[in-house]
Amino acid sequence: MTWVKDFLERLDSTTSLDGVQNLVVELRNRLGVEHAIYHIVGGTGREYGALTYDPDWVQHYIDSQYFRIDPVVNAAFHSHRPIDWKTLNWRQPAARRLIREAVDEGVGKQGYTVPIRGVDGQFALFSVTSYDSESAWDRFGAEHLHHLVLCGHYIHQRAAEIMAPDPAHRAADLSARERDVLTLLSLGHSRGEAAQRLRISEHTFRAYLDTARLKLNAANTVQAVASAVTRGLILP
Amino acid sequence: MIRYLYANQLSQYPRLAETMFRDRASQFIDRLKWDLQTSAEGWELDEYDRMNPLYVILEGADGAHAASMRCLPSIGRTMVNDHFRHLNHGIAIRAPFIWECTRFCIAPGACSAAVNRAGALMLAGQELGLRFKLTRALGVYDASMIRIYHNIGWVPEFIGAEGEGHDRICLGLWAFSPELRDRVAEKAGLDPAIAAGWFDAAFPERQSVAVA
Repeated sequence: MTWVKDFLERLDSTTSLDGVQNLVVELRNRLGVEHAIYHIVGGTGREYGALTYDPDWVQHYIDSQYFRIDPVVNAAFHSHRPIDWKTLNWRQPAARRLIREAVDEGVGKQGYTVPIRGVDGQFALFSVTSYDSESAWDRFGAEHLHHLVLCGHYIHQRAAEIMAPDPAHRAADLSARERDVLTLLSLGHSRGEAAQRLRISEHTFRAYLDTARLKLNAANTVQAVASAVTRGLILP
Repeated sequence: MIRYLYANQLSQYPRLAETMFRDRASQFIDRLKWDLQTSAEGWELDEYDRMNPLYVILEGADGAHAASMRCLPSIGRTMVNDHFRHLNHGIAIRAPFIWECTRFCIAPGACSAAVNRAGALMLAGQELGLRFKLTRALGVYDASMIRIYHNIGWVPEFIGAEGEGHDRICLGLWAFSPELRDRVAEKAGLDPAIAAGWFDAAFPERQSVAVA
């Protein structure tokens, strides 16, 4: 699928959130779906969405607090796989009202939603909707579900990079062991002593030190310790 | 039979969940001497069990755990990237179609049965990968498992290792393919189609019509 590759390359060279929004619109057109929606869910402090919904519908959804009862949101919290809306239980009165309004207000009557979880605990959803018949929607899924996973994941990644552009300010995600290694070195222990305290071999100790150095982009151990202390990753 | 269960579904199968977490404690803590925590009930549970992983569980005729593994997408937080990244030169492995599989556990019992159980579980793993359109599974394994993987017919691609002898821990990737699935099934003496039924039971195509 060359268009997917093309889409991902253009996404990668996009430097603004407006650019991401434009690409989501293009993606909707390319897939021939009613809507395409990417949005971050929950109180991570970062609110962002790139979507083709009518803003009135978004406001109505928020005002009605539909996120509390939306079977899609509920299912996405417990899944790592794309969700076909028609496999969900829409029998509760509130859910019935939601889907009825969605159909009337131009959202669509079918949908797929890809749950996305970032390493920092962020949770986002990427959805597409349609007025297709069930059988047409099944065919769409068979052809494109795979692409939706790819596109959703890379939209999320790109948006996160644009919102936190400076790698120096992004927390280098040192593992617990890597932090232990740097902490003991910062306290003045030799490698041998530090390895013994952690009950690991010196060889393993060096491996943790190497990966910590790589992540911190440090030329040597002293720099790595200094950088980790400056960034607040370990206590001095 | 094989069950595919997300963590939030385990409460519907209390006996299966209890025996799985106890068997994990006896395999990883008592037998392999890994430095892991247990809960008050003696269950081996860690932070990744709280990320709603998908478990693939072989259930015995008595409803108890016979074998299991734990799966998470590699684009979220994973045990491999958090704790074993140094086995890949410090570089995290993250891709939408690679999932990590950890806590590969076989219930204590006869050795011959263990190979069959491992085979059934790996067949279920192949089915999962093929149906989810994954390319590879990512995981760590100890050196003693290599022989078992050969017997099962599904050998990982080696990425890196640390330690020597019994303490040697390896990082590897397992490919998914219909040919591999059929080979795993043949070695386990199972019909390759049996896994399709397990998968369909866990992930039904349709529960109700969206617009009634």
